Amino acid sequence: MSDVLLQIRDLRTSFRIEGKFHAAVDGVSLDIYKNEVFALVGESGSGKSAMALSLTRLHNPLFTRIEGEVLFDGKDLLTLNEAQINKVRGAHISMIFQDPLSALNPLFKVGAQIEESLVYHTNLDKAGRKARALELLEGVGMVNPALTYNQLPHELSGGMRQRAMIAIALACKPDLVIADEPTTALDVTIQAQILDLLRDLQKEMQTSIILITHDLGVVAEMADRVAVMYAGQIVELASSEDLFKNPQHPYTRSLLASIPSMDSHSNKLHVIQGLVPPLQLMPREGCRFSHRTPWVPTDIHEEIPTYHEVGPGHYVLCTCYKEFSFDGEETA
Amino acid sequence: MALLEVKGLKVYFPIRGGILGRTLGYVKAVDDVSFTIEPGQTVGLVGESGSGKSTTGKAILGLERIAGGTIHFEGENITKYIGKNRSSYRKSVQMIFQDVYSSLNPRKRVLDILAEPLRNFENLTKGEERKRIDELLRIVGLPPQVALKYPFEFSGGQRQRIGVARAIALKPKLIVADEPVSALDLSVQAQVLNYLKDVQEELKLAYLFVSHDLGVVKHMCETLAIMHNARFVEFGSREDIYSNPQHIYTRRLIAAIPDTDPDKRHVNAENRALLTKEYEQEHSKYYGERGQVYDLKPVAGSDTHFVATP
Repeated sequence: MSDVLLQIRDLRTSFRIEGKFHAAVDGVSLDIYKNEVFALVGESGSGKSAMALSLTRLHNPLFTRIEGEVLFDGKDLLTLNEAQINKVRGAHISMIFQDPLSALNPLFKVGAQIEESLVYHTNLDKAGRKARALELLEGVGMVNPALTYNQLPHELSGGMRQRAMIAIALACKPDLVIADEPTTALDVTIQAQILDLLRDLQKEMQTSIILITHDLGVVAEMADRVAVMYAGQIVELASSEDLFKNPQHPYTRSLLASIPSMDSHSNKLHVIQGLVPPLQLMPREGCRFSHRTPWVPTDIHEEIPTYHEVGPGHYVLCTCYKEFSFDGEETA
Repeated sequence: MALLEVKGLKVYFPIRGGILGRTLGYVKAVDDVSFTIEPGQTVGLVGESGSGKSTTGKAILGLERIAGGTIHFEGENITKYIGKNRSSYRKSVQMIFQDVYSSLNPRKRVLDILAEPLRNFENLTKGEERKRIDELLRIVGLPPQVALKYPFEFSGGQRQRIGVARAIALKPKLIVADEPVSALDLSVQAQVLNYLKDVQEELKLAYLFVSHDLGVVKHMCETLAIMHNARFVEFGSREDIYSNPQHIYTRRLIAAIPDTDPDKRHVNAENRALLTKEYEQEHSKYYGERGQVYDLKPVAGSDTHFVATP
């Protein structure tokens, strides 16, 4: 667990809006270890997807500026040229997207799409590639791999398509899979199947997974470690156990309180006041969550928020976690 | 007296083929579904995509042609008049949609969006109309100034609240809410759910709450219907369904909800694997030869709980 696979240092991803660059990911530093499932959680606009796409530079370079360092296998991914990064994409780092229907090419058979990355990244011959593709299709739980091999994406159900996506992502035995909301478009029963499958495959292949999701239930089911993102920053980083049993940052606590749970029907759900600010209006100074908790005194925030270690491997941004309480609640 | 009584509802979609476009057969989207909604009650309709839950909701609103069965509203058989414009039924039953980006006309101001149902059914002067709209906005927690804005100026949660305001404009008795929070972020979802509950209390509304999210449904609904393959597999109170699920499909559905306790991860995964095995091995105990769902039968020792068994 302790071997570092990917080192992210002060990553800053900015998008150009009306001629100016605004940072969607604002100074994130992080280590991803070998053989772990790492979850990135946050609401829309928190920068979680922007960060994941930055790792393999999938943003349009005309509108995007990526600064910082992403060290993988001794190389900084952000300084590689296009040919070099193409060697990494698919072979060492691959992706699973939310919507398999638009991520798969509708004109090519599933088998051919799995084999595509094998053509670029391995020396297998035609028969070898087909054998590998069939093996993968069986591995992701297709009932009839030989049939699916020759099917087009539109002939498969949503769950089957997502399985095909996973087969493509795992084709070259990557070191890291980035899964961006892999089950959001699926029914709960199918979601459970896909999550169980991902977890089994992860254990078997010893791959690391960066799981991006807004569903805290999915995080609890899957992740070893979690980072909660808000307004482009990581506000809390902890193991799954610590995050759910002992959440510290006001944002994390608010999110957990707003889940409609099994016993909440007689009570009101917690509502986080206000909205995630749009990119151009993002506050860049002080504690970024402070304007959504207007009832807490301003002096409990740090002027320049720093990370505090509250337990082994458990970090929280800003001092406000110490004295935060929900509106109407007594300060503990 | 029940507010809404649905008996043996059937909705079939024709399958057309051949060069003449003849009807070759039917897809049974809703097949013999019966339930009642009492005034002020919330009934949840849960199922996977393709189970027929949305079609059931739409049929009640007259948005799908009914192939069989009857719908009684406040004791009156309205099956034949359901699609007719300007009937009093149309006033009493309203809908909230899932997609807040396509369900509000982008060219209309909030004022006109909210005034549309009022202008269709009630003769109000400009001043009265404006007063009603301000009142509607107050109920869903928006300031009166927003009436002159366009939908694109709002966030997803605010748009859904405008959708709620429009649905309650004519003081309906029943609202069909089709996945009203599925497209929203967690914190915004909480806000919309809170407003839905407040509005219900204030106006004594009944909801038919269509959703695939069992957490949300448990929070909102006292009575639940679980739908699979166009039929109900189980029907009962919240406690019946969550504490004592009978049908294998319901049990799988509940087991599939992601748990926020990381310690239970392995137990949950094992539980799911066991249920899948049981589902495959004992399929015939719960489904007929052609995979059809049986009729609902009362569960022994309960007068609220029904399950589909042979």
